[in-house]
Amino acid sequence: MAFRLKLVPDETKFDFFRHQFLTFGFSVVLVIASIVATAVMGLNFGIDFRGGTTIRAESSQSIDVGAWRSALQPLDLGDVVITEVFDPSFGPDQNVAEVRIQAQNDEGSITPQTVDAINAALKEVTPDVKFTATESVGPKVSGELIKTAILSVLAATAAILVYIWLRFEWQFAVGAVAALVHDLVITVGIFAVAQIKFDLTIIAALLTILGYSINDTVVVFDRLRENLVKYKTMPLREVMNISVNETLSRTVMTSGTTLIALISLLVLGGDVIRGFVFAMTFGVVVGTYSSVFVAKNIVLMIGLNRSEKKDPAEKFFDKNTGSEAK
Amino acid sequence: MLHIPLWKRILIIALCVIGLAMAAPNIFYAKVEGHNDAASTFAKTKTLTTEQQAALDAWPAWLPNGLVNLGLDLRGGAHLLAEVQLSDVYAARMKSLWPEMRSALAKERSTIGAIRRVSSPEDELRIQIGNADQIQKAVEIAKTLASPIVTLTGVGQDDLQITGQGDTITIKLSDAEKQATDDRTMQQSLEIVRRRIDAAGTREPTIARQGSDRILIEVPGIGSAQELKDLIGTTAQLNFMQVNGSTQDENANPGAGNVLVPDANRKGLYYILGDVPVVSGDALTDAKAATDQNGYPAVSFRFNTTGARQFGDFTASHIGEPFAIVLDNEVISAPTIQSHIAGGSGIITGNFSIQESTDLALLLRSGALPAKLDFLEERTIGPELGADSIRAGAIAAVVGLFLVIAYMIASYGLFGTFAAIALLINIGLLFGIMSMIGGTLTLPGIAGIVLTMGTAVDANVLIYERIREELKRVKGPARAIEIGYEKAMSAIIDANVTTFLTALILFVLGAGPVRGFAVTLIIGIVTSVFTAIWVTRLMVVTWYDRRRPKTLDL
Repeated sequence: MAFRLKLVPDETKFDFFRHQFLTFGFSVVLVIASIVATAVMGLNFGIDFRGGTTIRAESSQSIDVGAWRSALQPLDLGDVVITEVFDPSFGPDQNVAEVRIQAQNDEGSITPQTVDAINAALKEVTPDVKFTATESVGPKVSGELIKTAILSVLAATAAILVYIWLRFEWQFAVGAVAALVHDLVITVGIFAVAQIKFDLTIIAALLTILGYSINDTVVVFDRLRENLVKYKTMPLREVMNISVNETLSRTVMTSGTTLIALISLLVLGGDVIRGFVFAMTFGVVVGTYSSVFVAKNIVLMIGLNRSEKKDPAEKFFDKNTGSEAK
Repeated sequence: MLHIPLWKRILIIALCVIGLAMAAPNIFYAKVEGHNDAASTFAKTKTLTTEQQAALDAWPAWLPNGLVNLGLDLRGGAHLLAEVQLSDVYAARMKSLWPEMRSALAKERSTIGAIRRVSSPEDELRIQIGNADQIQKAVEIAKTLASPIVTLTGVGQDDLQITGQGDTITIKLSDAEKQATDDRTMQQSLEIVRRRIDAAGTREPTIARQGSDRILIEVPGIGSAQELKDLIGTTAQLNFMQVNGSTQDENANPGAGNVLVPDANRKGLYYILGDVPVVSGDALTDAKAATDQNGYPAVSFRFNTTGARQFGDFTASHIGEPFAIVLDNEVISAPTIQSHIAGGSGIITGNFSIQESTDLALLLRSGALPAKLDFLEERTIGPELGADSIRAGAIAAVVGLFLVIAYMIASYGLFGTFAAIALLINIGLLFGIMSMIGGTLTLPGIAGIVLTMGTAVDANVLIYERIREELKRVKGPARAIEIGYEKAMSAIIDANVTTFLTALILFVLGAGPVRGFAVTLIIGIVTSVFTAIWVTRLMVVTWYDRRRPKTLDL
């Protein structure tokens, strides 16, 4: 047999429930900690959700954030946040900073005069500064964006709930959605703790995590469903263990390829989408964990009615859908 | 046992070839883009400079020339979200209605008493009369100025809603008329914005209506949102001018006090016009498609008070002569004055088709923006930042792709190579479909593609792992392969349907770059299922038929 990279041996017999109180407790603690952290520290909302203006500035000279702040002081703009951006892909003469200004009174978006004044003030301090991006969102739109964002996360969760419910037993749907909520809450928690900018693209990342995490969970469930028919009398707990073990090498492989791709993007993809990619990378890790340690525990807790002799897969689709090469 | 019918093989290969051919132009992005630009210029103007001709010839016309659009975040440009203040138009209508109402009511001053406008909300007109007991009579008179609505939904309704209470008549636009007005205002605003941006000659701007009262404007390659605002802010010049003659000679001397203006529709025809407009376009308050007394398509228009007086005086003294409607220094119509047009509203008749009259009405209205635009959101992305983003994204994608392929081959050997080839085809197909539908690639979209690379092999992993398991149970590799593909199917379908659902929701609710991400994700799911299931199976089966191995090296 030729060389094979095998991260997971052919046969595994891990008992995934042995430390179930530890792993499950760990998840519960993380979820609570995330909720507390989000409530206490709050999210670092970007202008999409808060309204206001961000200006991205680049210069070949190093940027003195303190000098910039005092240059903007006389303009009386209210809350101004200046952050310097560091990125491994930047050259030595590439210095980038982001200036974030709160929404000014009730105007639709910031006035051009204000932007000009800011640009002029910064040019005083750093003559060769270039403004490579300016974005301004009025308070009216930012409110709507928050609503849409919440709506889209809820809609996606509901859609998944309904689909799993149709395809599997309702207990699976509850387990899957509990795992999804777990993943989302923990990812949002990390954003609160690390105070990474939370904007519209992060919502996109969260939805992708939803899709990815459910993908992982479904594969485990699918095998579980199959094994439930195969081992009719075996205790649920053991059938679950067998199913997770059987799918383990697939879970590791797929998470592995996805992480490889995401990490190259995280390292090399530039700072503009770093937050977005970070959310996805983190979500893939949490999602993989939750599909192995969270989703099925919930199903086990609720319990399954196994008296139904019919193969549950026949509920919705013919089990052999698509397999035509015979 | 393992068999794929010929027609299916051909179909799979054909789909791959078509997809890849559609993707190919993206490899020569600059060349194809130059060709497409030159071709669209040619379609518009029928003339090309030598440079443009060279650009046109650089890419053969018979090759596919669809490209993936680059989003603003990759190309640089400006994005504006504007809200149209629809109620401005109601206010303007009420303002211009007052003089008409006053003169109509004034004729009956002896019965209804003194008339006076009293303060009211901007979108209402309130008139107080001297003799409260004659309020019914006054309302009757006011109602003669209302006209029935002809839209589908508003049949049987008048455009004005007139009520009398005590000594006050209250006049409002009816709901149906408000709706019709809103629609007209939005259409008109879109048209004006489009004309003004087109006039600046920028490449493929996106100007789209969003929701009931918003306009989304995205212009690649423009320096800043401010420039874009300035561009939209400039008023198109609409004027009504006196015609003093016409000529075929583009170098003719129009004489003192005259200007030479070309006809918009007939090439080579020039009008000699008085250089002072009789009425300028900002006096126009409304124009709509209508019919003349014989039932032929025409355009009706309405001026504000000042415009009405100027126009009335001019038409009274120039009956039988043509006058010119000039838009952006081109004569769009030169009808003949049939009679004295008093009261500020008139009708332009001509040899119009219904479409032409609608277009002309739109053109007339597009002189000035009908309502104020409030800018809710504006974004400027510099071209350097966009170029940096593309470079970083492309490097990350190539490195990620290379690593994923290496990992797959290391894990599954020959079968991993099949999956790797399918992955490359998958990315090709993704670009092919994006080019065909004119999808927009955004920065998060690049992330979506990279993510697709990671997850696209998932279906193959599911299948291969299943084959490995089956190899232990069943006799013969052929059977294992067959059962592997079969049994992995339900997991593949479930997993992809759920991801597809979330991507669809992202697309429906997302905006801008997020939507670009959703598009790549959706297409990526479809192409990856196709390549992972069909393309790899074709490769596996073809390989198996040739070699007939006794054992599977998986």
